[in-house]
Amino acid sequence: MLAYIIRRVFQSLLVLLVVGLVAFSLFRYVGDPIDSLLGQERTIADIDRVRESLGLNDPFVVQYYNFLANAVQGDFGISYRQSRPVAEIIAERAPATLELAAVSALFAIGLGIALGVFTAIRRRGIAANVIMSASLIGVSLPTFLIGILLIYVFSVELDWLPSFGRGQVTDLGWWTTGLLTASGREAIILPAITLGLYQMTLIMRLVRSEMLEVLRQDYIRFARARGLRERAINFRHALKNTLVPVITVTGLQLGAIIAFAIITETVFQWPGVGLLFINAIQFVDIPVMAAYLMLISVMFVGINLIVDLLYFAVDPRLRIEGRNT
Amino acid sequence: MTDKTSDLPQPAAVQRPSRFKELWEADLVYNLRRSPVALVSLIVTLILILAAVLAPLIAPTNPFDPASLNLMNGFSPPGVPNAFTGETFLMGTDDQGRDVFSTILYGMRISLFVGVSAVIFAMVLGITLGLIAGYVGGWIETIIMRIADVQLTFPSILVAMLITGVAKGFTPPAYRDEVAIFVLILAIGLSDWVQFARVVRGATLVEKNKEYVQAARLIGRSGGGIMLRHILPNVLSPVLVIATISLALAIIAEATLSFLGVGAPPTQPSLGTLIRIGQGFLFSGEWWILFFPAVTLLGLALAVNLLGDWLRDALNPRLR
Repeated sequence: MLAYIIRRVFQSLLVLLVVGLVAFSLFRYVGDPIDSLLGQERTIADIDRVRESLGLNDPFVVQYYNFLANAVQGDFGISYRQSRPVAEIIAERAPATLELAAVSALFAIGLGIALGVFTAIRRRGIAANVIMSASLIGVSLPTFLIGILLIYVFSVELDWLPSFGRGQVTDLGWWTTGLLTASGREAIILPAITLGLYQMTLIMRLVRSEMLEVLRQDYIRFARARGLRERAINFRHALKNTLVPVITVTGLQLGAIIAFAIITETVFQWPGVGLLFINAIQFVDIPVMAAYLMLISVMFVGINLIVDLLYFAVDPRLRIEGRNT
Repeated sequence: MTDKTSDLPQPAAVQRPSRFKELWEADLVYNLRRSPVALVSLIVTLILILAAVLAPLIAPTNPFDPASLNLMNGFSPPGVPNAFTGETFLMGTDDQGRDVFSTILYGMRISLFVGVSAVIFAMVLGITLGLIAGYVGGWIETIIMRIADVQLTFPSILVAMLITGVAKGFTPPAYRDEVAIFVLILAIGLSDWVQFARVVRGATLVEKNKEYVQAARLIGRSGGGIMLRHILPNVLSPVLVIATISLALAIIAEATLSFLGVGAPPTQPSLGTLIRIGQGFLFSGEWWILFFPAVTLLGLALAVNLLGDWLRDALNPRLR
């Protein structure tokens, strides 16, 4: 077990080092930093001095090490476009993305489990079949079209909800939140649904198929024979046993939510990290791109590691297998 | 009854068809005839592909020829004569007076070109690496499959975006628009090879222990020859299924990237770029600039997707 954990942690670090290498070569070899720092009138002595002071004459490995050391301390350099430290811009934008991701994850998990249980219990009902067919359409629609469709229905035609931005934002010092004001809460509804819809259908279908599997088991039949109430059987006995795969899938989908936030944020002009990243690609703002690359990899590798380890903790069978290998 | 049978070709006169042809005629086509959904999606796909290929012949105007544009035609609603010029456009015009129907035909060309090229690129790369990983094994296999595992933990659209960003960073600004289409193909292809590699490796692992491979090895064929001529033809049917489903995903990925403004440039608009442009007119009431490209994209992606689903069921004998 310990050997497995060490091996997984080691692998994760290796992945991060490789991603760091990509980010670093982008940072180091795209454009000439000397050009952007010194103007047209410069002497060779000037160039040499700046090269030396920036450490550009150091061996590759030393430069890479310095880059990583700075990145670990949260220093990603200065944005070409906004002329401000990248870390500052990201820290300013992160609450918007995290809030959006959290709300849509809640939406996906809550509604996904509820609908999954419902469609499993009322398997032959009309409502369940309608929901299942609708979910198929939902899966095949591209995220950005879902967003546009929601904007069209709820902002253009019905004029109920805002189509862009975060609404009124409250500043809590190190965190800005839109959830405390009415306009902020209204603004988050459409983006959160757009972002969470795919995960919602995924969780719903997973819960449904797991529930159908579990409901067929002997202990459910035995619980029925004991005369337990239907609700107790469904929720206390069946749903509980479907949750292990749901936890893993949800954990892994958390990464996908962060990734698809880029699309949602662009559709709704949500001032988060994803929109920042897309703008950075459009205007080739290398420091921002490199920083986002590093951050998102840390997040993904971390989530995967945690899910893997969680699996170990939740499922005792894996632990026995792990001991044999 | 006798009349009817005499019309049919005489079995004795026809040479026995090759195994591939026999399978094709007996199974796949029969299956297709029995599945209306597959038949409809095949017809829709073929019509859309044909329309895209023949766009210069079908399109009423060439939307990229400034001489054919008239600004007075701007914002003509679909099917209604323009107030100033009296011209009628099937799907209306955009703000520049470009015929939406023509831009869709040309846009679909770019969407399909990028999608098909990206899938072919991913397929060649995935099959090559999968064959090598499965047949050669050892540390080469470990490295290839590790890379595949790591890449699989990232959503493919994110991988494609990152590659687009990196490639953009490395090309000089003057050439960015020119190479944008090829950057797209590279990015989507590289984000999608893993599926092919995994399936081909799995099938190769099964095939390489079969007798015909041992026989080929005994008569002294080289490793490359065995992989290409003996194993490859036997692992192709799952590849075909993945390729079809990948095509639908690639078309959507291309549209997404172009919609976000990091894909096809405005000078060569794909369906995604058209939707991006159309979104700007959503609030001012010119719905057709957005609606028709979006519906075309959906139809194309859905038809190819359904075709892939059907192909998977038809080629997998276990499901029947």
